[in-house]
Amino acid sequence: MQGSNSKAFPASARAALDDAVLQSALHNLKSGFPVRRAEVVADLPEFEALRDAGRDIKDHTLANLDAYLELYEERVTASGGQVHWARTAAEACDIVMRICNDAGARTVTKGKSMVAEEIGLNERLDASGIRRVETDLGEYIVQLRGETPSHIIVPAVHVTRQEIGATFREAHDGLDPDRSLDDPRAITDEARERLRADFFAAEVGITGANFLIAESGSSVIVTNEGNGDLTQTLARVHVVVASIEKLVPTAEDAMAILRLLARSATGQEASVYTTVSTGPRRPGDPDGPEAYHVVLVDNGRSALIGTGFQDMLRCIRCAACMNHCPVYGAVGGHAYGWVYPGPMGAVLTPSLIGIDHSSHLPNASTFCGRCEQVCPMRIPLTRMMRNYRAVAHERGLGSRRARLALTLWVLVASRPVLYRWAARAGAAALRVLAFGRGRLRRLPLAAGWTATRDLPTPEAGGTFMSRYRRGQQR
Amino acid sequence: MQAPQRDEKPLRVGLFVTCLVDLFRPSVGFAAIRLLEDAGCEVVVPRSQGCCGQPAYNSGDNAGARAVARTLLDGFADCDHVVIPSGSCAGMLHHHLADLFADDAELGHRARHLAARCHELVSFLVDVLGVTSVEARCEARATYHDSCSGLRELGVREQPRRLLASVDGLELAEMTEAEVCCGFGGTFCVKYPEISDAMVANKLANIVAADAGLVLAGDLGCLLNMAGKASREGHDIAFRHVAEVLAGTDGTPALGRG
Repeated sequence: MQGSNSKAFPASARAALDDAVLQSALHNLKSGFPVRRAEVVADLPEFEALRDAGRDIKDHTLANLDAYLELYEERVTASGGQVHWARTAAEACDIVMRICNDAGARTVTKGKSMVAEEIGLNERLDASGIRRVETDLGEYIVQLRGETPSHIIVPAVHVTRQEIGATFREAHDGLDPDRSLDDPRAITDEARERLRADFFAAEVGITGANFLIAESGSSVIVTNEGNGDLTQTLARVHVVVASIEKLVPTAEDAMAILRLLARSATGQEASVYTTVSTGPRRPGDPDGPEAYHVVLVDNGRSALIGTGFQDMLRCIRCAACMNHCPVYGAVGGHAYGWVYPGPMGAVLTPSLIGIDHSSHLPNASTFCGRCEQVCPMRIPLTRMMRNYRAVAHERGLGSRRARLALTLWVLVASRPVLYRWAARAGAAALRVLAFGRGRLRRLPLAAGWTATRDLPTPEAGGTFMSRYRRGQQR
Repeated sequence: MQAPQRDEKPLRVGLFVTCLVDLFRPSVGFAAIRLLEDAGCEVVVPRSQGCCGQPAYNSGDNAGARAVARTLLDGFADCDHVVIPSGSCAGMLHHHLADLFADDAELGHRARHLAARCHELVSFLVDVLGVTSVEARCEARATYHDSCSGLRELGVREQPRRLLASVDGLELAEMTEAEVCCGFGGTFCVKYPEISDAMVANKLANIVAADAGLVLAGDLGCLLNMAGKASREGHDIAFRHVAEVLAGTDGTPALGRG
C-alpha cells in the first residue's frame, strides 16, 4: 500500500483551493465531462435499464465470486496463460517483480492501472532499477513530473497545457527549443515519438484490466490512445494486474457494462480502443506476447463481501462520481491523499486502508447525491459514506470540539420543551447581536461560516412556535 | 388557488415546521399553513415537535439521532399527512427515519408509520392535492435553486416551477447548474468551511449570471448559505423560500434584510 495522506485532507483542500492553476484545470473538467455525459445518455433511451442490468451482472458475479474466479483461472490456464493470486499489495508486487526478473526485464512499459497505483507497483519497479515507462499520455506526464494521478481516468487533469510543455522540455533530451508544444496535437506527437522506441524495447508490458471474462479467461482494456494494445502486444511478456472484482461471467456481460462505461466516463458512445486478450500468442498469430500472466489482487476486497460495503465492489472506475462531485470539483484529486479520490474514493479508501486513516473522506461530503444519480452501477455512495461516518463516530475519530458540540446539541434537541426555549433564546440573541442590521458579519463559534459569509438573522417577532401559540398568523 | 374539490372531509395535515424555519423564518411556516388551508386542508401544528435528527444522523451519531427523532414519533399520530417546508428534513423523515429505528420493533413500527406520511410541502400541494396554480403576485425576475435532498431524494423539480409559473408578475429565469449543491450540507459548512465557501461562490456566480433579483428555493439551509454569501459580496439580490412567494409575500423583508 502506498502511504496515505488522507488525514491531512483539510489542509490539502485549503492548499488546493488557493492554487489558481489547479482551479483553472478543474473548471475545465467540471464544465466538460458532465455536459458530454448528459448528451450521450439522453441519446440512449435504454440507459436506465442498462444501469439495472449492469448492477445485476455485478451483484450476481459477487454472489458467486469464488466459482467465477476458479472458472476464470481454469480458462486462463487452458489458453496458455498463468494466474497468480495475491492476497496483499506486497504479495502482488512480489509476483510482478519475480515475473519481470525472470524475463530479464530492463525496460517495462505500463498502461494506466489504478490498482498498480494502489499496490505501490510503481515505487517497487523504480526501486529495482528497472526502467518504467508509462504509456498512457496522462500517466506519462504525471511520471515525468514525479507525481501521482489526480483522477482515475484523466491522471494529469490537474496539469495545464503550458505546464506539460515545460515538463517535456525539461525531460526530453534533444528537444528542439523552437518546436511548439502549445496545442494537444503537438504534445501528443512529442510523447508518441518518445514512447515509440520504448514500446519496442520493453521486455515486459504491464496493463490493468477493465474486465476479466470468466467463460473465456480473457482480459479487456479500453483506451483512447491505443497505448494499451502496444504495451501488451509488443513486449515478450504481458502481465495483467487486476483486482478480483473486475470479473464478469461472459463476454456479453462485459459488452453490456462497456456501453455504460464509456458514456459515464468521458461521454463517448464507445472508447476508441477496446482490446480483448486471451492467453499468449498462439501458433499462427501475427503478434502477441510469448507469455501471459494475470496477477489477481485481493488487498482487502474479499473482506467487504457480505458487509454493508459490498456494493462498492460493483465500481467500474468510470469516474462519473468525481466528474459530477462539487467537492472533487473544488479541491481536485490529490487533496484526498490516497489513490482513489472523489465519492468512490471516499468509500473505497476507508474500505481498503481503514477508516482510522481516512475518516475525513466520507465526512467531506454534503450528501448532495449527484454521484449516485450518475453512477452507472447504482452504487449507494452516500449511504456507504454515512455508514463510515457512523463507524468513525463509534471509534471516537474526528475533532473533539465537533463531538462535544454534537453531544450538547443532542442533549437539548432530544428535549422538545428545552429545545423550543433554546430556539427562542437563540433567535433573540442573534437579533441583539446584529443590532437590527438583519445579518451578522461575525459570530463566535461560527467563524467557519462568518469568515466568508454573513449570517442572516432570524425574522422579527420570535420563533414560529411561540408566534403560532400566541395565535399570530403572520 | 386551483385545486380539485374534495367532497369528503378535509385532510388533516400536520405541519412539521423544522428547526431553521422555527428559528430563522417563521413566515415560511405561516405561508405553508396558508397554502395548505387554501387547498382545503385542516392544518394542525403539534406542540411535540423538535428536530428530525439529521445533524446527528449525518455526523454518524445514530444513537443521538434516535434520541432526537424519537420526539417526533407521537405528535403526528392523528394526522393523515405530515408536511414539511424542507426537502432535506422531509427526505430525512421519509427515507431514513425507519432505518434509524430498524432494530426496535415497537419504535420501528411507529417510525415507518410516520415516514410513509411525510411529504415536502410543494410536492405535496402538486402531487397529492393536485394544485395546479396559485393566486399570488410577485414582480420579479427570479431564479430557482434545486435543493439536493428535495431534488434527488424526493423528485422535487417540476412542481415548484409549475406553481411559480402561475404567480402574476414573476419571470422565472433558469440559472446554469441549478441542480448543483450550494455547499451548505448541514454541518459540512462549518466542518469544511473553505470547500463550502468555494461551492457557494460558484453558486452565486451562476445566480449573478442569470441576472435574477430574487432567488427561490425549498430549503432554508441553502437559502441562508446563498443569502449570506451574496450579502457579504455586496450583491443586491433577495432570497426567499418558495412558499413565501406562492402564498403571497406578506411584507416580511427578504432573508438578511431585517
